[in-house]
Amino acid sequence: MNAQAETLSVTSTPTQNEESSDSLLQIRGLKKRFSLSGDFLDQLRFKGGKLVRHQEYVHAINGVNLDIKRGEALCVVGESGCGKSTVARTVMGLITPSEGEIHYGGERIDHLSSRQLLPYRKRMQMIFQNPYASLNPRMTIQQTLEEPLRLHHPDWNQAKILDKVGDVMRSVGIDPDWGKRFGHEFSGGQRQRIAIARALAVDPEFIVADEPISALDVSIQAQVLNLLMDAQRDRNLTYLFITHDLAVVEHFGTRVAVMYLGTVCEVATTATLFAKPRHPYTQALLSAIPRLKDDRPQHIRLTGEVPTPVNLPSGCVFHGRCPYVNDRCKREIPALQTQDDGTRVACHAVEEGRL
Amino acid sequence: MALLEVSQLDVRFALRQGEVRALRDVSFTLERGERLGIVGESGAGKSVAAFSLLNLIAKPGFIAGGTITFDGQTLNTMSERGLRKVRGNRISMIFQDPMMTLNPVLSIGEQMVECLKAHRRISTKEARAIALDKLRQVQIPSPETRLDQYPHELSGGMRQRIIIAIALLLDPDIIIADEPTTALDVTIQAEIMALLLELCEQHNVGLILITHDLGVVSQVTQRILVMYAGRVIEQGSTREIINDPQHPYTQGLINALPQMATPGERLNQIRGSMPSLSNLPSGCAFHPRCDFINRADGQPRPACTQQVPAFVESGNCRVACHMVAEMLEDRRLKEESP
Repeated sequence: MNAQAETLSVTSTPTQNEESSDSLLQIRGLKKRFSLSGDFLDQLRFKGGKLVRHQEYVHAINGVNLDIKRGEALCVVGESGCGKSTVARTVMGLITPSEGEIHYGGERIDHLSSRQLLPYRKRMQMIFQNPYASLNPRMTIQQTLEEPLRLHHPDWNQAKILDKVGDVMRSVGIDPDWGKRFGHEFSGGQRQRIAIARALAVDPEFIVADEPISALDVSIQAQVLNLLMDAQRDRNLTYLFITHDLAVVEHFGTRVAVMYLGTVCEVATTATLFAKPRHPYTQALLSAIPRLKDDRPQHIRLTGEVPTPVNLPSGCVFHGRCPYVNDRCKREIPALQTQDDGTRVACHAVEEGRL
Repeated sequence: MALLEVSQLDVRFALRQGEVRALRDVSFTLERGERLGIVGESGAGKSVAAFSLLNLIAKPGFIAGGTITFDGQTLNTMSERGLRKVRGNRISMIFQDPMMTLNPVLSIGEQMVECLKAHRRISTKEARAIALDKLRQVQIPSPETRLDQYPHELSGGMRQRIIIAIALLLDPDIIIADEPTTALDVTIQAEIMALLLELCEQHNVGLILITHDLGVVSQVTQRILVMYAGRVIEQGSTREIINDPQHPYTQGLINALPQMATPGERLNQIRGSMPSLSNLPSGCAFHPRCDFINRADGQPRPACTQQVPAFVESGNCRVACHMVAEMLEDRRLKEESP
């Protein structure tokens, strides 16, 4: 099965390269495995009188190809365990990929040392899900916001740093007088504003946001989402936005990539995806959004559960739950194929016209 | 008389800094087989309201006033012994996190049998048969093997199905579900909600659904209570409130949803955040965030900042808002003097 995956990902690469001209970030054949087996000694087992080495992996990402264009908000959606956060962290260099390449502005960055990455870290910043965990509890807000500036602008004097911190606090709607307070004195929404201010402080061009509003209340979610959209307009930001909330995607995203079990199953512009979902998984996902205005929605009921990423299913990763499965789906891994309207879908049923 | 009647419920927490009033003047009813949603943001008091129904408020919290009447019995003054006959038996609960609710060292079967034998005089064999039947009802694949499995062997969606099976075990009259699908994925959430709805209808079980997700509430419930800072601010038929909310907070909450805005445009946000219960603003608790504290002619309405609004009837809904009260009064005066 693995050999087949290799050949397929190789053959599918040339088609991916065609649309890379105006992209800021390119992800090519990205794979990430996490070992479950501990260190070398833990991996040794006695089997049939012999000492054998036994290794097991979580296959978090299995060959992801994505392009993020300048100025767009690419949303990655999927359910828990589909590898969307791993993609975000790998892009930021917080995790080293097992295979594949990441290019930023034309330069390969996935193999750089942290010193070599420093100039890129100024251009790309991250916002995390939980603002209760992402702010250092022992630092004041002022210190939290000054830290990235001191690191990336060692030549700036104190006055310039203070100016910049004041500016960025005002731009996210935080009173600059609150700088002496600590993170725990703020509500969840205010903390997330501070986390956004920290990301914006070094004037990045690219922001990776990993579920930035999921931990917040409905009325606060709207405030933070508006803030992110304002920042995108004013600063011409590019976003990689990770979320499980499809209603947010519909509102915020330029394009959407749907992930399932470590693979991308559909990439489309937001309008196209919501008007005409092609992949059976996307269809099920969209039908499951609880809408306000319909009484008895007809959602597509999927059978079974998401398989574990330790033992990946053969063929299409979705075949165990797919209503349109046939023999080919169980044998062969589908590659992303471009449709007439530019949507890219990885599904044999779509390719064969069965769906 | 309704199956469950809550009137003037008042719950307080005696903290070192002083008493915090978590619920004030909460009244509602639930008919047999009716589905009621309690919505609000975190800290609004919706979980406290649900927990106090079964007197499950832990110290330093206590019920300071009001009555909870269930099928003719007053629950808030009942002895622990009497309450135990109601809890799990006639009113059962489903909590948010299925991993925290299930006992990790007992198999699914043991937990279900334990629950049955605590309330009924039956043999283990009979209890297992009932448990198996309930597992079939919640559509768990191969229920016989599940009975002998432990919670950690099951996925999140499967565990929540087990919890629903346990909640239904003793054929209760009411199920209280506190954010039952918040910890789950969207597709699993849709399945679980559909299942819960189907079972409640089939067995004529009443449901009190506590959630922050307006989409879920609108699909499952017939009536809703909207809570803000410990008070009910609007209650009535789900359809009417979702389609035509009266209270400015309910309007704000619904309009803030991304699905209510044009993609790419700014969302209609409510400014500020919910006040802390220990430091509530005077008058209407929502007035610092409200866009309607001025009259139509631009003059400030002093009642909003000075007086807690009383409920007024508007259609099939009851709303606690000075602006709505004023509007209804104006309309009534106009009709009287043509």
